[in-house]
Amino acid sequence: MSHPTEQANPPAELPYAPPGFLRDAMRVARKDLLIEFRTRSAFIAAAVFALLSAAIFRFTWDPSAVSTLDLAPGVLWVIFAFSGILGLHRSFGIELADRALDALLASPMSRESVFAGKALANLAFIGCVQTLALPAVGLFFNLPSGKLWVGVAAASLLAAIGFVAIGTLFAAITANIRMAELMLPMLALPFFIPIIIPAAQATALLINGRPVSEAADYLKMLAGFDILFVTASTLVFPFTLEE
Amino acid sequence: MAMASAPSAVRGGARDSRQASGGFDWFLIVAILGVVAVTVRVLLFTPMELRQGLAQKIFYLHVPAAILSLYFAVVPASIVSGLYLWLKDPRLDRIAESLAEVGVMFCTVVLCTGPFWGKPIWGTFWQWEARLTSTLFLWFVLIGYLVLRGAVDQPESRARLSAVVAVMAGFLVPFIHLTVYMFNTLHPMPVVLTPNPMEQNLSPEMRQSFLWSLLAFFVLYCALVRNRYAWATARDIQLLEDQA
Repeated sequence: MSHPTEQANPPAELPYAPPGFLRDAMRVARKDLLIEFRTRSAFIAAAVFALLSAAIFRFTWDPSAVSTLDLAPGVLWVIFAFSGILGLHRSFGIELADRALDALLASPMSRESVFAGKALANLAFIGCVQTLALPAVGLFFNLPSGKLWVGVAAASLLAAIGFVAIGTLFAAITANIRMAELMLPMLALPFFIPIIIPAAQATALLINGRPVSEAADYLKMLAGFDILFVTASTLVFPFTLEE
Repeated sequence: MAMASAPSAVRGGARDSRQASGGFDWFLIVAILGVVAVTVRVLLFTPMELRQGLAQKIFYLHVPAAILSLYFAVVPASIVSGLYLWLKDPRLDRIAESLAEVGVMFCTVVLCTGPFWGKPIWGTFWQWEARLTSTLFLWFVLIGYLVLRGAVDQPESRARLSAVVAVMAGFLVPFIHLTVYMFNTLHPMPVVLTPNPMEQNLSPEMRQSFLWSLLAFFVLYCALVRNRYAWATARDIQLLEDQA
């Protein structure tokens, strides 16, 4: 016979922890990252794409005409925008097999937490690709090393948040439709423009050795767009999925 | 749910659909005549601007098209799409579809007429400054919206997904409006729709011509949206008949 206090307490090993917005989001993110960690297909593809693009860009310009310092920010942001798209498409693509999406929607998780979880997994994904692409561009384009990279990393992180909010929303919209691989960049890239403009401007200033205070306005604008896009995407995301 | 409410929703537009399938659209004819009349007035009976010359005439087409595409097409389309997500009424989806398509047309007019003014006045067809860039990317968003509609077959999913994109586009409009004040820009500041009377430096004849052309293009815009809506209603009725 069990002790009365033992009955009053909930059993120690519940099959899952009680629901909550953050906990659910972390659970979805963990699932996505686990799938990605086991297959590694999308990450390797995106990373190789980023390195290849950096190498190809190196051969598309005349080094005596344009200095690397002027070219590098553009190259960096083109690579970030397009390699990001590669990873985002996978985000809802993996839910289509065996109709996993229906199971996700039937679970007691709120749609907002599904969005947050997917976005967190995508943020980790894009963050990893950026961590690889930043030194690669620095190396291939002979950029100066030093503290400036802290500022560039901050701009990259802020931009990644905006990319992920927009990208996760549009990945959900295009998951089930024809020509999804084409539709996602077509819909998402115009929304990336307000993020890329301040991010590239800030990167250009920092790489050219200007102090962080000069790039601060661009970083603030980036943060502003992040807030707008994260809020708007979270609000409309629940309408993108139907059981 | 959408399918159940569709027959009652299309019934209201049945008269329009008959008109779209063969009737004579007087509204559109009147609108086109109005645009022709205002063009004659602008070209022949409005004084030539002293410094800009003939290039300034583009103002009477470019500015009404910009006002109509941004504030009368994109903004209402995103509001109507937001309402669709709430009410799930297929009529709202058809209105949003019509507004977006007419909006793309006027936005294209804005982007095409701008360079003809820009070349003689700025010395360049295109300038990457805030207002041009943001108008261009709004145009991309609208095109994306229409292509998305074409890529989804199921009417309910099509309406829902495109409504989400239209709502997102609506979030961008305030930024496009503000870009002109936020950045240093080559683009002229508003001379008519501005609260500051010192900036309203348009001669009375030009001002009157401008207001007439705004009215004429607004009537054309209404006629086109009405026509497009009637066509969408006819298409949906046809779809229901085919299914029946």
